Amino acid sequence: MELGSINPVLLISALLLASTPILLAAMGELVVEKSGVLNLGVEGMMIVGAVAGFIAAVESGSPALGFLAAAAAAAVLALLFGVLTQVLLSNQVATGLGLTLFGLGISSLMGQGYVGVRPPASPRLELPVLSELPILGPVLFNQHALVYLSLALVVGVWWYLRSTRSGLILRAVGESHEAAHALGYSVLGTRLAAIAFGGALAGLGGACLSLVIVPQWTEGMTAGRGWIALAIVVFGSWRAWRVLLGAYLFGGVSVLQLNLQAAGIAIPVELLSMSPYLITILVLVIISSDKRRAQANAPNSLGRTFHASG
Amino acid sequence: MRRDPGSDGAERVSTPLLEVQGLRKAYPGVVANDDVSFSARRGEVHALLGENGAGKSTLVKTVYGLLRPDDGRMKLDGQVYAPGSPHDARQAGVAMVFQHFSLFEALDVAENVALGMEVPPPMRELATRIRDVSETYGLPLDPNRVVGTLSAGERQRVEIIRCLLQEPQVLIMDEPTSVLTPQEVAILFETLKRLRTEGKLILYISHKLEEIRALCDWATILRHGKVTGSCDPRQKSARELAETMVGSELALPAARTQDPGKVALSIAGLTAVSGAAFGTELKDIFLEVRRGEILGIGGVAGNGQDELLAVLSGESRSAPDSILLGDLPIGSFGPNERRALGVLAAPEERLGHATAPDMNLIENAALSGRRRMRMVSRGFVNWGKARAHAEHVIEQFDVRVPGAGSVARSLSGGNLQKFVIGREILQQPDVLVVNQPTWGLDAAAAAAIRQSLLDLASQGAAVIVISQDLDELMEISTRFSALNEGRLSKPRDTAELTLEEIGLMLGGAHDLEIGQGSSRPDRAAEPGETVP
Repeated sequence: MELGSINPVLLISALLLASTPILLAAMGELVVEKSGVLNLGVEGMMIVGAVAGFIAAVESGSPALGFLAAAAAAAVLALLFGVLTQVLLSNQVATGLGLTLFGLGISSLMGQGYVGVRPPASPRLELPVLSELPILGPVLFNQHALVYLSLALVVGVWWYLRSTRSGLILRAVGESHEAAHALGYSVLGTRLAAIAFGGALAGLGGACLSLVIVPQWTEGMTAGRGWIALAIVVFGSWRAWRVLLGAYLFGGVSVLQLNLQAAGIAIPVELLSMSPYLITILVLVIISSDKRRAQANAPNSLGRTFHASG
Repeated sequence: MRRDPGSDGAERVSTPLLEVQGLRKAYPGVVANDDVSFSARRGEVHALLGENGAGKSTLVKTVYGLLRPDDGRMKLDGQVYAPGSPHDARQAGVAMVFQHFSLFEALDVAENVALGMEVPPPMRELATRIRDVSETYGLPLDPNRVVGTLSAGERQRVEIIRCLLQEPQVLIMDEPTSVLTPQEVAILFETLKRLRTEGKLILYISHKLEEIRALCDWATILRHGKVTGSCDPRQKSARELAETMVGSELALPAARTQDPGKVALSIAGLTAVSGAAFGTELKDIFLEVRRGEILGIGGVAGNGQDELLAVLSGESRSAPDSILLGDLPIGSFGPNERRALGVLAAPEERLGHATAPDMNLIENAALSGRRRMRMVSRGFVNWGKARAHAEHVIEQFDVRVPGAGSVARSLSGGNLQKFVIGREILQQPDVLVVNQPTWGLDAAAAAAIRQSLLDLASQGAAVIVISQDLDELMEISTRFSALNEGRLSKPRDTAELTLEEIGLMLGGAHDLEIGQGSSRPDRAAEPGETVP
C-alpha cells in the first residue's frame, strides 16, 4: 500500500472533471423539480446524450458539434416525456422510468457501430498566466470548458431562481400550480421549458462522459450517474450549492477510491466501488436530516399532475 | 321577484361601471350560469349572494378572465370587455381576491405580490410600496415574511395589497370573511368602505347575510345559476334574503341538552410538535368533554386545528396517559384501535383525508366502519354489510347521489360532508370529533349536519366540534374553547359569552395571558380589554 503515490493536485484536478457530468445533470433536474415535475428519466437522457454526442463528434470531427448534438438529442427525449406527462397527463413516475429504459435501449442500438472508436480530442482550456500558478494553476485554470460551464451554471441557476421574474414564476408553478394558473401563468409552458432545459443539461453531462472523461463509447456507460444526480437534488433539498457539494463529494470519492485501488489498499474492491454512492447519500441524508426544513424547501406540487379545468 | 336587476331604485341612475348581459356557462351536466345579467356602479359594494353551487364563483371567474362564457357579453366603463385571461382582466383594471387563497406558501410576501402584478418594480422598491399601501389602508404586513408562517387574516391582506398595488377599478372578493376573526372582519370592512369612497367597485361574494346587510349597497341574488332577485340588502331582513337565496324555509336546530354527564374523554397537559412544514405546535392542552355535550373549539385556521384533530383521532400519537377515554389511557393508540373503542373522527379535508377520492361510497364506508360495524372477518371484507352501511347513511342523511357505487370525488361538497358525518354517526360513537363540519356548505346542508350533531349529543355521545364558524359554535355548542397559536383557552359556557368576548379569546387573550399582550399585536384588537 503506497498512499504516498497519490498526488493531491492531480486528485483534485481529476475530481472537478469527474464530478461534472453529475453536476450538469443534477442542475438540470433541480430546475425541472423546482417547476414541480419529477423526471426520473435522467439516466436515460444522459446516455442518449452520451451516444448522440459521440456519434456527432466522430462524424463531424468537431467535439463542439458533438456537445450541441448531445444537448439537442436529450432535450428532444425530455420533451417526449414532457408531452406525455404534461399534455397527455400520464403518470410522471412511470413515464420517467420508461424514459430511462427507452434511453438505455435506444442508445445501445444507435451506438452499435461506434464501440472502440476514438472520438476527436477535446482539449483543456488553459487560461494564460493563471494556469501557470503553482498548485492552483493546474487545479483551477487548466480544465475542460465544460467544468467552467458547469460551475457557471450553478451560479446562474441559483441567481435565476432567486432573482429573476421568470425564475420566480417557475418556483411559483412548482409550489402551487393551481394558484399559478389562477393568476394567469402558463403552467404547461413553464414546465415544458424546464423539462427541455433539464434534458439538455443531462445530455451535456452524458457527452462529457463519452467525449472527455472516458473518452469512448460503451453500452450503459453512465452506470447509474443519472440516479445519483436525482438523489443529489432531493437530498440537497433543492438548493444549488448543496447540489454542487453533493456532486463534488461523489466525484471526489470516485476518484479517490480509484486511486486507492491503484495504490493497492487492503479494502475489497467491491467496497471501494460502492463507496462513492454510499458516502454521497449518507452525507446528504445527514445534511437534510431536519425534515421540516427540507419539506419547506420542497416544491409543493412536485410530481402532481396538473389539468386546467374549465 | 324582479328579473331585471337595474330597474328599481331611483338612486341607481348613474352609468354603470360593469355591465353583464345574458351570461351563460355550461359544464357537462350542469348549467353554472344561465342568462345572468346585472350591472354595478363606481363607489358601490355590490353583493353576489347565493348558496353553494348557485354559480357565483363561475360568474366572477368569467369577469376575471379565468373562464370564457358560452354566450353573453360584458361591458367595462362603456367599452366591450371580453378578457381572454387574467392578464387581460388585470390590465383592464379588474382584480380578484380568491376564496381559497391563491398564495404560494414557500415564497415571501413580496414575491407573492410580484407574481400578481403585470409589471412589478424591482424587489426593493416593491417592498417599500407594500409598506406604503399597507399603512395607507390600515393593513399591517411585513414584505419579507414567508407566507406559510402568516395567519389567515394576514394572508388575505397579502392578496388585497397585491390587488391594490395595481390600482384596480373593480375589486372582486370571493368569500373574504370565512376565515377571519370578528376583529379582522372589522378591519377588512373599514378597508372596503375606504375603497368605496375612492370610487372603486367591489363585487362581494358571500352567503353570510348579516355581513351583506352591514356592508353592501346592492345585492344580486343567484340560485341554480340564474338571477332570482336584486335588492338593497339594507332594506330587507336576513330571513327575507335567505329565502330568496335558498328558496325554502330554513330549519333551525332544536335546543341542546342541558344536563351533561360523566367525562368521556380528557386530555391533560399535552404538547405535540406538528409534522407539517408550516404546522402549529400544540402547547399544554387541557381538554375535557362530557357525555351529552358538544364542546365547541373555535379559532382561525392554522392555529393548531389540524394538529388537534390528529391528536384526538390517533393519527399523531402521544404519551399513553396524556389522553384518557374514561379511565383508559389511549394516547398511544392509533386510529384503528381508537375507532374500535368508539372514538371516531371526521377531518376537515373531505377529499383525500376523510375519504379516498377515487373509491366509491361503499369502499369509503368500509374504510372507516370496518371494525365497529364488523365488516371484516378472517381478513375478508363483507361487502354486503359495507353496502348496507353506505346505503343506510345515504338514506338517513339525505345524501343525493345516484347510488352507493358513486366515487367520492363525484359528490358535491355538501353531499360528501353529509356522507362523512353520517358514516361516523351511524357507528354510534362514544366520542365524535369533527373539524369544520359545515365549511363551504349551503345553509340547508349545514343546518342538517348541525342537527345531526345535536341529536348525537342528546343520545349521550360526547361531541367535539372544531370550527371557524363562530355563529355555528354559538348555535350548537354547550361549552366553548378557543384555539390560538396551539394553545387552548379554558372552556366557557356558550350561553354566557358575547361575540366580542369570543373574538378576544380567539385573538390570544386567554385567561392566563391577560395584560401581557400577544405576539401579534394586530390580532388582539384591544389589549387593555380583559375576558372576565
